[in-house]
Amino acid sequence: MIALVDCNNFYVSCERVFNPKLEGKPVGVMSNNDGCVVARSAEIKQLGVAMGMPAHQIDPHVRRQCILLSSNYALYGDMSRRVTDVLSQHTPHVDVYSIDESFLSFEGFDPETLTERCQTMRHQVRRDTGIPVSVGLSTSKTLAKIANHRAKKESHFNGVAIMEPDSDDTRAFLEQLPVTEIWGVAGRSAVRLQTLGIETAWQLRIAAPKHLRKHFSVVMERIVYELRGQNCISLDDMTQPKKQIMVSRSFGRLTNNKADLHEAISVHTSRAGEKLRKQQGLAQAIMVFVRTNRFRQDLPSYSKSLVIPLSHPTDDSRELIRTAMAGLESIFKPGIMYQKCGVMLMDLCDNGNEQLGLLAEPVSDEKRERNEKLMATLDKLNREHGKNTVRLGIPRKANAWELRCEHRTPRYTTKWEELAVVKT
Amino acid sequence: MTGVGIYDGDLLIVDRSLEPKTGHIVIMSVDGELTCKKLGTIGNRPYLIASNPEFRPIPLEGKECQVWGVVTHNIHSLAPGFSI
Repeated sequence: MIALVDCNNFYVSCERVFNPKLEGKPVGVMSNNDGCVVARSAEIKQLGVAMGMPAHQIDPHVRRQCILLSSNYALYGDMSRRVTDVLSQHTPHVDVYSIDESFLSFEGFDPETLTERCQTMRHQVRRDTGIPVSVGLSTSKTLAKIANHRAKKESHFNGVAIMEPDSDDTRAFLEQLPVTEIWGVAGRSAVRLQTLGIETAWQLRIAAPKHLRKHFSVVMERIVYELRGQNCISLDDMTQPKKQIMVSRSFGRLTNNKADLHEAISVHTSRAGEKLRKQQGLAQAIMVFVRTNRFRQDLPSYSKSLVIPLSHPTDDSRELIRTAMAGLESIFKPGIMYQKCGVMLMDLCDNGNEQLGLLAEPVSDEKRERNEKLMATLDKLNREHGKNTVRLGIPRKANAWELRCEHRTPRYTTKWEELAVVKT
Repeated sequence: MTGVGIYDGDLLIVDRSLEPKTGHIVIMSVDGELTCKKLGTIGNRPYLIASNPEFRPIPLEGKECQVWGVVTHNIHSLAPGFSI
C-alpha cells in the first residue's frame, strides 16, 4: 500500500504552531515577491480569497478581516523536515514530493493494520510538530492522492482515508469525480479527454490504455493503470503542481566525503534548473537538505535543511548552484555518513519578466562571460562600498524588498535570537 | 515562575512529545497566548498554577487551551546581560 501524507494548509499551520492567536482566523501567506496569496487557511478560503490572488486585489472590506503574512521560508523548510523525520519513524520508504507532501510505501506491512498505523502516525506528527496532516491510502499513487483529498473533505474519515481499488465505494466515488480532479490531468488534456467522451475518473479508468497513449502520452496511459490500482507512475513522471521542484537521490553507499555532496548537490540543482526552465518558471527560494540513514542506529544521525531566499526570482543554474552550495556549506557537518541529499526550488513564479528571461536563454560564451564579469564587479562594489551600493534592475517603488518582509514572523526554529517568547 | 527556578530571559527546553502530567511545568496556549505554568489539580479539576502565590490558579475547564509542550530543562544565564 501507498500513503500520501499531505500537511493541511501547511504554511498557515506552521505559523499557527508558534502563534496560536491565528487559530480560527482568516490567515493568508503571501509569496515573497509579488504579494500574491500562496497559502490560505480554511477561514480565508471561505471569505473568497483565491489561491494566487494578488493581495492588493482583495476587496478592502475582506482584506481588513484577514491576517496576511510574508512567507517565512526558514520556518516552513525546517518544519517540513521535522514532519518528514516523524514520518520516517513509521516506514523506511519516504519520498518527499513537495514541501508539504510525501509518498510513503508500506510494502510488506499488514494492510489490515494500516489505517490504525496511519492514525498513530498522524497523531504523532501533530503532537511532535504541531502540524495537522491528512493521509490517503491506496495501492497506487494516483488513488492515494484521491484518497487524501477525501480524507481532507469528508470528516468521517478522521484524517485517514483508505481506498480499495476495486470496492463499490471507490467505483461510486470515481464515477462522480471529474477528470480534472485527477493528479496529472491538466485542463487542456481534460478538454481533449472530453472530446473522446471521457469526463469522469471512472470513464478514464475503463478506457483503453493503448488508445490513450496514442492520443496523449505514456503518462496518460499510466494514469489509467494507476486508477485501476496498479502503481506505475514514478514521481519524476509527474510535473508538479508547479509550486516546487524537488530533486534528490540517495547515495549508492553512505559517504562522509564533502566532494561527493558537492557534486551531488550541484548535479541535483542543475537538474532542478532544467526542469524549472522547461516549465518556464522562476524560483524565489531554494532549499538544500542532507541526511543520514536513520535506520543505521550504529552511526550518528543527522538531518538538516536550509531554505535560502534568492535575491531575485531566477532560473539561472549558476545562480541556483551558487546559492545551493552556500547552503550546503553551512549545513555540512564533517565526520557524518550521509545517505541522501537534495534540493528543492520553491515559490515558483512565471517567467514573465523579459529582462530576466533573456539571461536565461542559452547565451553565447562571450555574453555569459560578460554577465559573469558584471556580477563580479557588482559584488566587489557592494563588498567595498557597502551593501546595495549597486543593484540589479530598478528598485521597485516603495522599496518593495524591505516591504515584502514586513509581515514575516520570527524564524522560531532556526535562529536563537528569534525563539518564541512565552509569558509566565 | 521564580518559585520553580525560572527567571525572566531564561531559555526553556520544551519537549512536545511528552504526555503532560500533573506537576509538569508546561507551555500552554491559553486564549491564543503561549504561557508557562505548572500543571496542577485542585480537587479533581485541572488548574494552571503560577509559582507566585499572588497569582490565582487558572481553572482549565471550559477554557480554550491546549498543552503545547512539556518544559524539561531551563538554561539560566549567570552573567547578567548575556543571552543565548
